[in-house]
Amino acid sequence: MMFDRRLIENFDWIFISLVLLLSGLGILNLYSVSSTVSGEGTPVYIKQFYWLLVGLSFLLVVLLIDYVQLEKFAYPLYITGIILLLGVFVFSRTIAGTRRWLDLGLFSFQPSEVMKIIFVIALSKYFATRKYEEGIGFKGLVAPLMLTGLPFLLILRQPDLGTALHLGLVGLSLTLFLKVRWDALLLLSSGVAASLPFVWSVLKVYQKQRIMTFLNPARDPYGAGYHIIQSKIAVGSGQFWGKGFMKGTQSRLKFLPEQHSDFAFSVFAEEWGFAGTMLLLGLFLLLIIWGLRIVSRSKDKFASLLGAGLIFIIFWQAFINICMVLGLMPVVGIPLPFISYGGSSLVTTYIAVGLILNIGMRRFMFQQD
Amino acid sequence: MTINRNPFSEESEGLKDRFAYLILLFFLLFLFLMFRLWYLQIIKGPSYRNMSDNNRTRIQDILPSRGLILDRKGRILVDNYPAYDLSIVREDISDFESFRQKLTAFLGLSPAEAKAAFAAAKVTPAFKPILIQSDLDQSDLVSLETHRFEFPGILIQVRPRRKYMYEMLASHVIGYLGEISPEQLKHPKYEGYRMGDLIGRYGLEAEHEINLNGRRGWRQVEVAASGRVLRVIKQVPPSPGNDLVLTLDLDLQRVAEEALGDTAGAIAVLDPRTGEVLALVSKPSYNQEDFIKGISPEKWAALVNNPKHPLQNRAVSGQYMPGSIFKIVSALAALGEGLVTPETTIFCNGGYKFGNRIFHCWKRSGHGIVNLEKALVESCDVYFYDIGRRINIDRLAYYSKALGLGTVTGVGLRNEKPGLVPTVEWKKKRFNQPWMQGENLSVIIGQGFNLVTPLQMARLVATVVNGGKLFEPSLVSRIQDSQGKVIKIFSPKFLGQIPLSPKHLELVKKALVKVVQSPRGTGRAARLDGIIVGGKTGTAQVVSESRTDEYKDSDDRPYEYRDHAWFVAFAPAENPRIALAVIAEHSGHGGSVAAPVAKKILEAFFEGEKLELNAKASTEKKAGVIQ
Repeated sequence: MMFDRRLIENFDWIFISLVLLLSGLGILNLYSVSSTVSGEGTPVYIKQFYWLLVGLSFLLVVLLIDYVQLEKFAYPLYITGIILLLGVFVFSRTIAGTRRWLDLGLFSFQPSEVMKIIFVIALSKYFATRKYEEGIGFKGLVAPLMLTGLPFLLILRQPDLGTALHLGLVGLSLTLFLKVRWDALLLLSSGVAASLPFVWSVLKVYQKQRIMTFLNPARDPYGAGYHIIQSKIAVGSGQFWGKGFMKGTQSRLKFLPEQHSDFAFSVFAEEWGFAGTMLLLGLFLLLIIWGLRIVSRSKDKFASLLGAGLIFIIFWQAFINICMVLGLMPVVGIPLPFISYGGSSLVTTYIAVGLILNIGMRRFMFQQD
Repeated sequence: MTINRNPFSEESEGLKDRFAYLILLFFLLFLFLMFRLWYLQIIKGPSYRNMSDNNRTRIQDILPSRGLILDRKGRILVDNYPAYDLSIVREDISDFESFRQKLTAFLGLSPAEAKAAFAAAKVTPAFKPILIQSDLDQSDLVSLETHRFEFPGILIQVRPRRKYMYEMLASHVIGYLGEISPEQLKHPKYEGYRMGDLIGRYGLEAEHEINLNGRRGWRQVEVAASGRVLRVIKQVPPSPGNDLVLTLDLDLQRVAEEALGDTAGAIAVLDPRTGEVLALVSKPSYNQEDFIKGISPEKWAALVNNPKHPLQNRAVSGQYMPGSIFKIVSALAALGEGLVTPETTIFCNGGYKFGNRIFHCWKRSGHGIVNLEKALVESCDVYFYDIGRRINIDRLAYYSKALGLGTVTGVGLRNEKPGLVPTVEWKKKRFNQPWMQGENLSVIIGQGFNLVTPLQMARLVATVVNGGKLFEPSLVSRIQDSQGKVIKIFSPKFLGQIPLSPKHLELVKKALVKVVQSPRGTGRAARLDGIIVGGKTGTAQVVSESRTDEYKDSDDRPYEYRDHAWFVAFAPAENPRIALAVIAEHSGHGGSVAAPVAKKILEAFFEGEKLELNAKASTEKKAGVIQ
């Protein structure tokens, strides 16, 4: 490992500040959510703070690694990830009928979360070591599809529709990021379309229900449609200035479910109104664009692709969650980065942030002489 | 230090473009989200705000307390009492099964009752009370309260329920309550009522429903998603119903009810100076308390199918042949038409020939020489047959109607019937037949097509003896609010001076006094000490003579064949303060059955007056007004 003053010079303070600012807003929002939950145990916002510290430590570790090493171990890492995913089916702890967690005694974690990053590393490596004349052609799509498809299916079987979808979108975006030949693109789209019935059949009943209810929430207002309807009410009733911090009735009176996780954004929207949501959205947008700026300045192809992939991870997660909360997508259980409560999500996101910073820090290594 | 890596600089440059596109794409996608938020928060914001308010607030009813019904002296006839309902709250019960068993045993519930009571437990949220038994009786209430510590988790709630203070007293006048029907709910009159509300369904409870009911209040409460009430946001208290002060006198009503006893029939008692109804009785009666919890189908069927129709208010809707009491009208008609004078006489030998028929007088041996006064005092039929032969039926009808017969009195009970005054035109319409002169003879003595209600007869007597003033009888004296402040006074409704000569009225009145006071008067059973009473007996035939001839004695006849007994009375003679009519169904002669009933009422009335006078004198004495 190298330690060079220039590493610190190229550390992007703005980026980390944006991340911390968003995390701070998240904790503030969770403070409001915590006040509605009366119970023993540490309040959620404090737990989130602890996870924040954990995330920061992981971030620090990641900063010290030369990401080039990652490229070297990309494929072995990928295999490990797959094994861990398979391990979920064998050694898992079933929660609510789903098997997503690996219990390792001291702590448990979701392999699917970390798989997202590993997968992006592997895919980036694959693309980086190829040269595409006019963009990716038919043949070129095979490997990416398989690289994406394997974890996609494994995660889908857990079942975790949301994370599978997330991973699929990231893979798709990364592939499309490079030029794809239009005929191959056509094939790709039809392939995706063709796979939908298969995906539908593999879905569990409740997941199918969720999609049906998404299309028509009024159909089951106290059952599956409840979340969507209450979320929209929460968001909409905030109007311009919001109801005020800690004064959101949908959340306080428990009409809105999953306030700390999936619907944290709804709580925020209800309390801070349009003014608040624009601010939050603006911060996210700024974060994304700033991250792209960092990543785009790297001269290393692998780094650029990896960086783009990591940005996609953060972007799609935020986008899916907000769409879900606003009733534009079925409820799929994806938390909002930095804002929703969730250790795995937070840690994974901070690792991604760390890697992005990492890329930024080491760009000087590829200066043209 | 540079790492020796293949920079792929051209491709990196190419990627730079891609990054630019990517930034644009992200920007557009975020813009898309912003538009969505604009739509939800700004455009649909108000409607979502409305929905979130609807979520969190509920409107709860607060029922008003119903107005009381009081007698003319302010004594409570109908009140509201607290009813105690027993509920349980599951979340306060630690061991539900054992609690259930203990409570079932304690209340003495049968397994079926227990099952029904606890059935709701499974589907009700733990914090919501489950009704186990409504309207606990006193003993259960007391035992539960004293053993409360054994039953944590019970909740005893209180609500108002109607209490009829005097069982079966004035049941037809007061009426009863029942649940509002879906059809009624649609009516604009019942705006503000809800399903399950109790409204007056009969009697004054129904007639004055709007006054008695009051207006419900409401409170807006904040609820959590579970439905649990958190706090009261706003509250509008209910306005209690207004009280009705009736013209009825509780003491007199009681005496009248008792005097008639189990005999089917009716009594109407009026103040002839004002038309106020002092007592109104109809027998058989029914128990209003049966309706409080919602009458059971068995009890309802028993009431409706009872051949004696206990739900019918005979005082205003019982239409009977008047019998001899109609002779009052006949006498006035004869005088008014100039057909007789007080001196005109006729010889009664027990029969009167008309056409090819003999019409019998009730006294087979005849009354001898009879003038108008004697005809009334001894109720001679022959005297009146002669009048009947000579009078025009439509002219007789004129006098009947002038005295208030043939139309409803307007006392304010919707089931009142008008009775019947026969005329030529009426018979044409009804039977498509012309009037036969011979029919006059039945009508003139109160048989035939005549129909009257007891209230009509009481008013008729009142009008004759008060100098000819026709009043609309009233049951309600005033309406006052729950604090006692008067809201509306119902003054006596004077309908007009009847077009009969006061001299004739005085004549007839004098004769009626003799009916009671003279030794041969048919109404002598109503005589009182110290008060001069006047009146008239009547016996209304129920079936034709031919059928009853086979029975030697009227008492031998089967019940349905027996005549109805009428008696009308007034007192004191000079300036009457009370006028009444009594009919006892299937009871035989008016003089022997109905007159004693009237006597009891008159006695009670004057007793009451005396007591009131004494009480007043003593308070004035105490106040130093009289020394």
